[in-house]
Amino acid sequence: MPERSDTPILKFEDVTVAFDGEPALENVSFEAYEGESRVILGAAGSGKTVLLKAALGLVKPESGRICAFGNDLTAMREGELSDIRAKMGMLFQESALFDSLNIEENVAYPLLNQRSIHCPREQVHPRVVEALDFVELGETLEKFPSELSGGMRRRAAIARAVVTAPPLMLYDSPTAGLDPITAHTIMALVIKERDTARTTTLMVTHRFQDGNVMANFRYNSEQGRLELARNGEALHTTFMVLREGRLIFEGGQDRLEASEDPYISRFVKHRE
Amino acid sequence: MLDLLKEPVLAVQEFFLLAGGALRNIFRKPHYGDDIALQMDAIGVGSLPIVVAIGFFSGAVMALQMAAALAQYGQVGRTGMIVSLTLVRELGPVLTAVMVAGRNASGIASELGSMKVTEQIDAMRALGTDPVQKLVTPRLLATGFMLPLLTIIADFVGMVGGWLIGVMYLNLTTRQYWSSAWRALEWWKDVTQGLAKPVVFAVVVALIGCFYGLRTTGGTQGVGRATTQAMVAATILIFVLDLMITKIFV
Ligand SMILES: Nc1ncnc2c1ncn2[C@@H]1O[C@H](COP(=O)(O)OP(=O)(O)O)[C@@H](O)[C@H]1O
Ligand SMILES: [Mg+2]
Repeated sequence: MPERSDTPILKFEDVTVAFDGEPALENVSFEAYEGESRVILGAAGSGKTVLLKAALGLVKPESGRICAFGNDLTAMREGELSDIRAKMGMLFQESALFDSLNIEENVAYPLLNQRSIHCPREQVHPRVVEALDFVELGETLEKFPSELSGGMRRRAAIARAVVTAPPLMLYDSPTAGLDPITAHTIMALVIKERDTARTTTLMVTHRFQDGNVMANFRYNSEQGRLELARNGEALHTTFMVLREGRLIFEGGQDRLEASEDPYISRFVKHRE
Repeated sequence: MLDLLKEPVLAVQEFFLLAGGALRNIFRKPHYGDDIALQMDAIGVGSLPIVVAIGFFSGAVMALQMAAALAQYGQVGRTGMIVSLTLVRELGPVLTAVMVAGRNASGIASELGSMKVTEQIDAMRALGTDPVQKLVTPRLLATGFMLPLLTIIADFVGMVGGWLIGVMYLNLTTRQYWSSAWRALEWWKDVTQGLAKPVVFAVVVALIGCFYGLRTTGGTQGVGRATTQAMVAATILIFVLDLMITKIFV
């Protein structure tokens, strides 16, 4: 069981993000610690993507502070942020693979471009292959993103995010728009990354059952599949619920399921 | 009233920030040589056939028109001069730039626009690259190099078009045409002006394309909008700047 260190890996302090005066996040505060998993639920347009982008310093808050790995992102200029971003892997909602690069070049991109990674040239290819094997896409190095299915693109994007072995992973709606079987494959990869690399994980989703998998399953590396975590095995999963930019719930699965709030119970009851 | 002005003023400010960043990056590492080469190919080689065609026909039509006018004064022998002056000073730079604006300002806007709406620009930043350095500066350099080159080609092909008309319909000799065309050109007034224009137009085409591309919002519809806006804005700016540059040289 991972120890709770006293400085959080990621901390939001009363963060408000607005676009053209319209708030997308309002007074959001939370702290995420090493080894923890967080599931952020919310309807479309509730600010989930904005929250993850703010954590990466891609959008600047109007007010409040965001700290990652002990650094105040809000006080940093774009050029200084790249070292912090190198410690975070992000799976964008629609994968965001570079259309003009093939899969190998896409996955190699962070190794070649992130200054603080320092990957020797001759190690780039083996690490790319390793990352693609991790997501079971070892055969597609030469293919272009447009030639892959949605699920395969998502997997390639996970490979690109984990190839630098970042200590913090951010997933933006990893199962959105996928059929149930593919969605399960993607969730299995999320759990596999978390449990084999011990990555702190923030996952945004509108599906409660993704959160349920996150909170109750672990990766069995001998059998290569997910299994129900044994009773009492703490997986440190915290649920958060966003509603129109506000954080209206933070707590464990039991409390989430017991909530009387109609907005929250809508997520919990709508299991497929 | 102030609110109405706020948005355009902010947009202009944003444009100059982008321009400043892109120009500063020319002297900064990392340099993306591959991207520059790729863009030169797309902008230069891709535009060549159309620039050759446009140059040829505008030179030919200029020769016909001007010869008719010059005939009234018995000066048909000066057709070469008029063709070369109009081409080098005006038609070559402006027509080439408008062509390249149509192909590339819109092409750049739609390419960067689709990258923006599919979060590839965000991904680029998240993965440690500056989109201005990686996308804007190579396009600026490639256009800045290729547009003057294309203009020279258009000028020359246009003169060839005028020459064909001259020998076929105007009873000019080859020697008469070319010596009149060549002697008309003055170094400062014509050649410098004829090359300063495409350099300025190239900056406009590349930066306007990138600017509209990078501020695209609203999915695929937004990409379509950005594409048209970039083409229109670049074309108008080309004509406005053409007048201003001409004023400096005349
Ligand atoms: N770049 C942007 N410009 C303007 N508005 C934005 C931008 N990004 C997000 N928004 C707005 O912020 C709100 C939250 O968006 P988002 O975080 O993408 O929602 P979701 O929870 O579906 O991921 C939405 O109303 C959206 O329109
Ligand atoms: Mg979203």
